[in-house]
Amino acid sequence: MMVMENLRMAIASLKANKSRALLTMLGIIIGIAAVIAIMTVGNSVTNTVSSSMQSMGVNNINVMIQSRKNEPEERESGIVFGAVEHSKEMTERDYLTDEMIAGLLEEFSDEIEAISASEAVGSCEVKNGSASANVTVTGVSQGYFAANEKTMLAGRLLSAEEATGARNAAVVSSEFVDDLLEVSYEEAVGRSFSCRLGEQQVQYTIVGVYEQVDSATAMMMGLVGTECYIPLTTAQQFNHTENYQNLAVVGKVGVDADALARKIETYLDGHYRSNRYFEVSAFSMSAMVTAMADMMDTIVTAISVIAGIALLVGGIGVMNIMLVSVTERTREIGTRKALGATNESIRMQFIVEAMIMCLLGGIIGVILGVAGGILASNLMGAAAAPSVGSIVISLLFSLAIGVFFGYYPANKAAKMNPIDALRYE
Amino acid sequence: MKTILQLRGIIKRFYIGEPNELQILNGIDLDVREGEFVAIVGASGSGKTTLMNVIGLLDRPTEGEYLIDGVDVAAASDRELSYIRNQKIGFVFQTYNLVAKTTALKNVELPMLYGGVPARERTRRAKALLDLVEMGDRVKHLPEELSGGQKQRVAIARAMANDPAIILADEPTGALDSKTGRTVMDLFHRLNKEQGKTIVLITHSEELARETDRIITIKDGSITGERAGDAR
Ligand SMILES: Nc1ncnc2c1ncn2[C@@H]1O[C@H](COP(=O)(O)OP(=O)(O)OP(=O)(O)O)[C@@H](O)[C@H]1O
Ligand SMILES: [Mg+2]
Repeated sequence: MMVMENLRMAIASLKANKSRALLTMLGIIIGIAAVIAIMTVGNSVTNTVSSSMQSMGVNNINVMIQSRKNEPEERESGIVFGAVEHSKEMTERDYLTDEMIAGLLEEFSDEIEAISASEAVGSCEVKNGSASANVTVTGVSQGYFAANEKTMLAGRLLSAEEATGARNAAVVSSEFVDDLLEVSYEEAVGRSFSCRLGEQQVQYTIVGVYEQVDSATAMMMGLVGTECYIPLTTAQQFNHTENYQNLAVVGKVGVDADALARKIETYLDGHYRSNRYFEVSAFSMSAMVTAMADMMDTIVTAISVIAGIALLVGGIGVMNIMLVSVTERTREIGTRKALGATNESIRMQFIVEAMIMCLLGGIIGVILGVAGGILASNLMGAAAAPSVGSIVISLLFSLAIGVFFGYYPANKAAKMNPIDALRYE
Repeated sequence: MKTILQLRGIIKRFYIGEPNELQILNGIDLDVREGEFVAIVGASGSGKTTLMNVIGLLDRPTEGEYLIDGVDVAAASDRELSYIRNQKIGFVFQTYNLVAKTTALKNVELPMLYGGVPARERTRRAKALLDLVEMGDRVKHLPEELSGGQKQRVAIARAMANDPAIILADEPTGALDSKTGRTVMDLFHRLNKEQGKTIVLITHSEELARETDRIITIKDGSITGERAGDAR
């Protein structure tokens, strides 16, 4: 019964000073909202990314050429952040070759299912009436779509004949059709579009449309969404190359993709030992999922620390206002004591008031945080996943802040001498 | 009749800085019997309120012995004093001291709240008490919506909440005009006659003092005179 009365008194007291209470709660609101929002976004993105990466095949290994890091003699003047990279352009002789692929297939025949290659051609602006989009053009070998588990929605894959003949055939993403053509996927097949790559104007004919993975993952992987894939040979001809910048290795079922990636890297390192500027890097999809989760964890931790500081400041604000309130209500405290209130009941009254203020701030913070988190998740194209656990913990935590920062002012009120309190002017 | 308040050699000093020691009460001996209506008079600054605070357990005496209803105050803990204030004493202040932003009803309920009376019983009794002081139609009013006389009547209802044996009133009519003061005074007489409450009243009004059983005069912290009132 005393609990109910304390709650009633606390609410009445907060109501009497609405704007002051709200301003005091601001620190708590911001802190809790930040925690909940980042948790929601983090949850959503991690879930979405890892599930779609999983669906893209955790057995896949990406092999690529990258600049060697930390070559001191190549260090450019000026300020350098993190790893040092040189500005040397990749040339034909730095690329992966057919011999290397053959070598890999022979060396790891028990573990590798298939190897597909891709060749970046470039990106261009494609216009269709008022619609326009930036399209990236990539040449891919025939196994590419199977290796990346892309689903066809209409038309067909690039044919062997188109591959050998280096034709200008293209498989485009569903988003390409949605953004540029505004026709059904079936109708899109057979249409052609032109695009300017470097000095050349090229005309491509759409032979198939595949389903675009959701945008959050695409964004994380550096895809623009409007992708266009052409035969590898067409791309190689365009680039005047016979070698590859990129390989996708599909591991056999049951093979440890991480271990295989390391073995492939070690194997190819042999070929690149004499290359001063470039090296080979191989990583599995599962390693990428882990890296993504780690990155998300780091962001969550960083923002949580900031939110923690906001909560601390908020708590101090609550303590400050409670001290003001106790001083303002000195006569009331004296009166209550004259009427028989014990020190404990006075202390409880003010602690409950601080707790309610913090809890209210916490609730508002949770609402704002969930709303913000859902909004941000949707903008990133991830399915929103507010974490019930973090909501409960946040609310309990805000109550704890109330107790912690409310105790000192409440104790000050409790220990007042009744007659001094009554005489207070 | 039994003695409900018994003061022996009560001394109260205030320490305001090391050398300045102010002795406000210089050994007060006073007995108040159960059901008695006592008035305390004296010049401003003579120590009346200080004495009342000692009687009401709001302040402890520096020296001397004080028994309230047989309980030795010197030996009692703060918690026990809170309990005695709650159960045995009803305060009526010159400045009303109603709790702000709290309805008349909730104000009257306060002593019962601290006394652990169940909510329903609290409300029932608070309403009955407000009826008794003719404030039954102002139950939901906030203190700021009441006149001085109305506030003082709510305060008297509040003083009666736990049916205490003793009512201590420090200039309860001091801030009221004589007509409103009269109604408040009539209330005290009724409580004294009908319910047998022991009342100690501080007043500057010779007229009101004379209506009581006994008039005690204080001067410079000592009792200098004692005479029977007209009510005797
Ligand atoms: N806490 C205190 N500290 C210092 N001096 C005090 C304190 N309380 C009271 N006094 C002093 O004690 C003296 C008596 O005060 P008290 O309030 O008892 O007078 P009173 O008889 O009630 O006067 P009034 O009729 O004006 O109310 C005053 O001189 C006052 O300054
Ligand atoms: Mg006085």
